[in-house]
Amino acid sequence: MAKQKIAVLAAGMMLAFGASAAEVEVLHWWTSGGEAKAAVELKKTMEGKGHKWKDFAVAGGGGENAMTVLKSRVVSGQPPAAAQIKGPAIQEWGDEGVLATIDPVAKKEGWDKLLPPVVSGVMKYKGQYVAAPVNVHRVNWLWVNPELLKKANAKVPATLDELFVTLEALKKAGIQPLAYGGQPWQDATVFESIALGVGGADFYQKAFVKLDQGALKSPTMLKSLETYKKLKPYTDKNSAGRDWNQATSMVINGKAAMQFMGDWAKGEFLAAGKVPGKDFLCVAAPGTDKAFTFNIDSFVFFKQGSKEVEKGQYNLATALMSPAFQETFNLNKGSIPARTGMDMAKFDECGKKSSADFAATAKSGSLVPSWAHGMAMRSATQGAIYDVVSQYWNDDKMSAQQAADKLATAAKVQ
Amino acid sequence: MSHTTQSAHYGFAERWLPRLVLAPSFLLSLVFIYGFIAWNGYLSFTRSRILPNYESAGLSQYEALFASERWWTAVQNLGIFGVLFIGGAMAVGIFLAVMLDQKIRAEGVLRTIYLYPLALSFIVTGTAWKWMLNPGLGLEKLLHDWGFASFTFDWLVNPDYSIYTVVIAAMWQSSGFVMALFLAGLRGIDDSIIKAAQIDGASLPRIYWRIVLPALRPVFFSTLMILAHIAIKSFDLVMALTGGGPGFSSDLPATFMYQMAFTRGQMGLGAASAMMMLATVAALVVPYLYSELRSKRRD
Amino acid sequence: MIEQNRFWRIVVYGSLLIAAVYYLLPLYVMFTTSLKGMEEIRNGNLLSLPLDISLAAWQKAWSSACTGVDCSGLQPYFWNSVLMVVPAVAISTALGAINGYVLSKWQFRGSEIVFGMILFGVFIPFQVLLLPMAQTLGLFGMASSIPGLVFVHVVCGLASTTLFFRNYYVGIPDELIKAARLDGAGFWRIFLRIILPMSTPILTVTVIWQFTQIWNDFLFGVVFSGLDSRPITVGLNNLANTTTSVKEYNVDMAAALIAALPTIIVYVLAGKYFVRGLTAGAVKG
Repeated sequence: MAKQKIAVLAAGMMLAFGASAAEVEVLHWWTSGGEAKAAVELKKTMEGKGHKWKDFAVAGGGGENAMTVLKSRVVSGQPPAAAQIKGPAIQEWGDEGVLATIDPVAKKEGWDKLLPPVVSGVMKYKGQYVAAPVNVHRVNWLWVNPELLKKANAKVPATLDELFVTLEALKKAGIQPLAYGGQPWQDATVFESIALGVGGADFYQKAFVKLDQGALKSPTMLKSLETYKKLKPYTDKNSAGRDWNQATSMVINGKAAMQFMGDWAKGEFLAAGKVPGKDFLCVAAPGTDKAFTFNIDSFVFFKQGSKEVEKGQYNLATALMSPAFQETFNLNKGSIPARTGMDMAKFDECGKKSSADFAATAKSGSLVPSWAHGMAMRSATQGAIYDVVSQYWNDDKMSAQQAADKLATAAKVQ
Repeated sequence: MSHTTQSAHYGFAERWLPRLVLAPSFLLSLVFIYGFIAWNGYLSFTRSRILPNYESAGLSQYEALFASERWWTAVQNLGIFGVLFIGGAMAVGIFLAVMLDQKIRAEGVLRTIYLYPLALSFIVTGTAWKWMLNPGLGLEKLLHDWGFASFTFDWLVNPDYSIYTVVIAAMWQSSGFVMALFLAGLRGIDDSIIKAAQIDGASLPRIYWRIVLPALRPVFFSTLMILAHIAIKSFDLVMALTGGGPGFSSDLPATFMYQMAFTRGQMGLGAASAMMMLATVAALVVPYLYSELRSKRRD
Repeated sequence: MIEQNRFWRIVVYGSLLIAAVYYLLPLYVMFTTSLKGMEEIRNGNLLSLPLDISLAAWQKAWSSACTGVDCSGLQPYFWNSVLMVVPAVAISTALGAINGYVLSKWQFRGSEIVFGMILFGVFIPFQVLLLPMAQTLGLFGMASSIPGLVFVHVVCGLASTTLFFRNYYVGIPDELIKAARLDGAGFWRIFLRIILPMSTPILTVTVIWQFTQIWNDFLFGVVFSGLDSRPITVGLNNLANTTTSVKEYNVDMAAALIAALPTIIVYVLAGKYFVRGLTAGAVKG
């Protein structure tokens, strides 16, 4: 322990020679393979600027533990300099009055021009930047192991009808068709892509963004729910509670043919040394080729007592938005840069496709926020909807009609 | 003891020292237990979301709580879990204690084996349990490998049964402790009573059932209290084993409260659920404490 | 009679052994798995013995397994836990002993109510305390530090330690105290010279109990610790939940065992005294 302290001190002293050294404590839950590599990039970037990076990684449960820790840190008056928070939750934290603005940096660097309006809107609280985006994830992907599909003589599905043909063919060939992780957020992730495939972007907007009661109880919703449930026979019994990356590794290792998951799954493929287009394919979730569900990771900045740390926060914001960082980070994470006008040359075909689709859907209006990933609703509403989707998936006695009614009720939770 | 007469020859310091010595602990629990309960009670009437907020919401959090299907599932689960866990752990514990009391060879080793689960947290054993109960990896696969192809044990992933896997693991952890408590009680019983009954021709099971166990009534009650409080507070167990799932089928009030207050930004609702838990605990414990203290005073 | 007796013995030993298997199973699975290689885990079954025993997983769990950016294994967390658990156990036990002494031998008007109030604390769901406690620790400047964790554990452990000692001391005859008073012994002298020397059994029980409770705590550990003060349960959780695409069950299991080792050792070495202490009256009434 003493030795460690000395080492920390020594490191601190060395850094003190740098002009603007400050300890920047960053809370995040990027602990798995590709995500951890991305976090290392961030750390390196900050250390390159002479800051001391205090890595506050809290593993587990898609950030659930991390949120508890964050709350108690804020309440105890010791918030981290920055924390991984995204979507409408940024507004919720803003309402609590604990966020710090990084507007000076954003103004100086012209973030308004660098970021697409959908992105910058999320990052602002009352017109001022309080968060910096690091990436744009596309959620509506289907990850495919082409070798297994070839074995089963099945083709890569582009529509929902084709999907079930492929699933059936795989099942007949004795191949586990779907890799599925039965955790509430994963249930929601898959359902979200299916609903988008069944109802299209307009329906999606109405039902999940505007929480329109009519849309939530509509026949389209029923059909979405039914289609979603039809996937169940193609999943294995052990899926309950499985982590997403465990499911991904099933596809990587040829134990299952396909997985519905956002593009962070690509990080796992790449970390396992697989080549996109050859060892695995990324295709838009069936029926959602013309749409894009986005999930933007961002870091939110908390009010700090010291000027030093504030300076560190500004530097962190600059670093997060710098083209160099956005490139290396996203190459590791599987996502695309949030910053527009980046050179995509180093990205693989999945990244290039994602980037092109992002721009195209932004124009056509079928760029929609991913509610399963906290981009569309307040956390309470989202939680209530998670409960319904997950219950519906697990309870074979529940009908689609019942589920739709419950969804409508859940949508009223504030 | 009658301290009023004695206190006549106590010095001033002697009379106040006990109170003074007790004061820090009293203050700590006053502030940190009761103060925080009051604070939590206050929060349950506010609109608190992700952080505490003091804008009044009247009774709306309680209304939302009682309207929540998930809450009632959690309450129902606590009922199932409480009854099965307390009953099961008690039965297994008493059985093992009686068996161990039969002048067994290697008693020390066996006792340690039964007791060690208490030493482990579920953060530690959760992984192993999850693995063993998982149909594709654990016991079910094992029995399939051994040729029992029709054997199914999928409680962990079956929403109708997931709560029972929590019972199994909880019994595993606590029944050894029950065993130790009862063994301690058994050892405290005078052997001559048993001998006398044996001479009268009573069979051993009969002696235990009629004479020994009734003599252990106090142990029985304290064990009941300990198990009840473990049941109500069960949290790690559920988090490690099922995470409340599949869906929310194995949620308990403690996990519900945690979810709402910390993950979901419904702190007011979480506080309301915590107050309901506290009320339940108080309803169970206060009468017990009262009778306990009354009887102690009579000694 | 002898025939019946033998039958009876077989039943007794049989059921004891079956129970032993049930209790040992998870430990056995964890232990054998931690010694296997990944290949063997994938192909073999749950109960098979390891073919090649390898300590690599243990080594990795202890000193090089990664959580995100940080690849120091469980080692630092382990020492944090030690630094936290020793003072927390000592303080809560000492306070409990003194409280128990006052509540049983120096009762005053209202002392029973005080006891009742302290005791109720045993039953509080601790989640309720998280946020107000965080706020208080922040006020005291103890947030995210080992002293803060020690404080929380002392506050939350007081109820049980007081209960243990009080119930034990109630069984010590009042005459002993009276005699000592006649000899002119005061409050502290009686405690140190008479009560404390008689307390070994209950001290053992309390220390073991507190040690396991605090060592195993996860909730407070994750919420109230800072970067440099995270206890081992948090380290274990981070490690086991930090999955690269291949889940290394052997490392997870080795890590779990490392985290459990101190408490297991305490139980194996001192379990005898634990039961003896309980016998000596810790659970009377």
